[in-house]
Amino acid sequence: MPPLDTAVAPRNGSTRPGTKVRNRIRTVTSVIVVLFLASVAFFLTWGVDGHWDFALPRRIEQLAALLVVGIAVAVSTVIFHTLTENHILTPSIMGFDALYILLATSIVFFVGAYAYAEIPDLLLFSINTGMLVLGATLLYRWILSDATRGLYTLVLVGVIGGTLFGSVTSFMFRVMNPNEFDVLMTVLFASFSSIDTAVLGIASVLLVGGTIAAYRMISVLDVLTLGRDRAITLGVDYRRVVTVLLVIVAGLVAVSTALVGPITFLGLLAANLAYRLTSTHRHTVNFPVAALLAVTMLILGQAALQHILGYAGTLGSIINLAGGIFFVILLVRQSKP
Amino acid sequence: MISVESLTKAYNGDAVVDAVTLQLPGSGLTTIVGPNGAGKSTLLSLISRILGPDAGTVIADDIDVLSAPGTEVAKKLSILRQDQNTTARITVRELVEFGRYPYSKGRLTEACHIAVEEAISYCDLVSLEERPIHEMSGGQRQRAYLAMVLAQDTRYVLLDEPLNNLDMVHATGMMRLLRSLADDQGKSIVLVLHDINYASVYSDRIVGMRDGEVVQDGPTSEVITPDALQAVFGTAFPVHDLAGNKFADYFR
Repeated sequence: MPPLDTAVAPRNGSTRPGTKVRNRIRTVTSVIVVLFLASVAFFLTWGVDGHWDFALPRRIEQLAALLVVGIAVAVSTVIFHTLTENHILTPSIMGFDALYILLATSIVFFVGAYAYAEIPDLLLFSINTGMLVLGATLLYRWILSDATRGLYTLVLVGVIGGTLFGSVTSFMFRVMNPNEFDVLMTVLFASFSSIDTAVLGIASVLLVGGTIAAYRMISVLDVLTLGRDRAITLGVDYRRVVTVLLVIVAGLVAVSTALVGPITFLGLLAANLAYRLTSTHRHTVNFPVAALLAVTMLILGQAALQHILGYAGTLGSIINLAGGIFFVILLVRQSKP
Repeated sequence: MISVESLTKAYNGDAVVDAVTLQLPGSGLTTIVGPNGAGKSTLLSLISRILGPDAGTVIADDIDVLSAPGTEVAKKLSILRQDQNTTARITVRELVEFGRYPYSKGRLTEACHIAVEEAISYCDLVSLEERPIHEMSGGQRQRAYLAMVLAQDTRYVLLDEPLNNLDMVHATGMMRLLRSLADDQGKSIVLVLHDINYASVYSDRIVGMRDGEVVQDGPTSEVITPDALQAVFGTAFPVHDLAGNKFADYFR
């Protein structure tokens, strides 16, 4: 869990927001923490008919997966927003998850479904994630090596790359035999109902690593909100910092995509809700608030999927529907004086 | 002193800054003037390493600006650019505190707080310090960014058209502020201005640029002359003496 205390009570000597802002942040954080805890309690206890020793371990494992995915999506999206100075983009626009799906599809396509089933999940996850991080880093280093190409060229290349990866993937889908396709679908759109413990383990390790790395760069991230030029003027080694941050984003996207498939809209939603609720640029506040919002939405969505819809649907569609409506309401209300 | 050696930046073969060699003094107020497209802003961007040059070197008091660690350069030289738009929700105080980043890396020390207080009061922003910068007028925001640059406490302060969008009262206030920075704190202020009369009244030295090259460089009294201005702008203006200052009459 991201340390919440730092958001509520800023450390001595760190940037101090004004009293009004501080009170607002404290209120918002408290409400979100309460919401989060309530949703956890609700998720763990609702509809358990006496078989606690059976239900609880399964639900705790699901909860862990929801936590990992929610934090990964929120943190990667907030970093990406700061890097691009744009709050509407998500890492998926740069083809991060399209690349991940292409890699998984290529493996099934070239080695076949039977051989694929033989590969341990852990190895598969490591290969996919490793290749994603490596590919993303090489691509971005190449683009960023020329200072005149800005970050928007990078995003544009990502958009085109994402479309290309998507097209190649759908081509493979079409020529693939149905059995292999079926295997692939279960791999790509794994749900929270069937979590692989080993994969969850390594995903958590990656998540913790990525989140700690992001937290260590919090002051640089704050400076980056001023934009590239002012960050350079203040002594930030822009190329190095951007490369490191993009590697973190790639790793975190791999974590969430490997566990539940593409759900980057959740990140967009959680991050923007966080910005609007906290009204601050500071990442010590926005990271935990966005992460808690994402996790809470996931937990409530999963609970609704299990208990209300009886698994008739996907978590992604619930999140998109409910979250989208909530977001529009928030936008409309805030646009009024 | 900042030594600029054959600094060049070209786009598609057209040199915007063409092998400029220039010495900027370690104190006083130096103004760069010239017509649109002369390469003034590009030159400032190159000197402050926001833009990578195609060739040339920039040395500021023994620090090689283009290769030294970013933090070292950020303690020596700062720049205030034209475009001051930001989407981030930042208050004036938070903005000024960013100026301490090269020293504190986000954890402000007691010295940092003192520097921030001084910068805020120097720019007359005490009553506005909790105000988000996107809710401020252009002149106030310009002062807030200047306060951030002051908190950075660098010997060299570069400003790219600081009078843009300011009315004459605020423009004059800004120039007085910059003048007092040079006089009281011994800083070297280097700025790009469009109004040559502001340059004439406030500068110790004027550099005239045209087509990516330095065509005039000297004390104010030598550059604000009809011949020198003709060389820079390609048009002859009469120059009048008025209360001890020289004014170019470019209105007709």
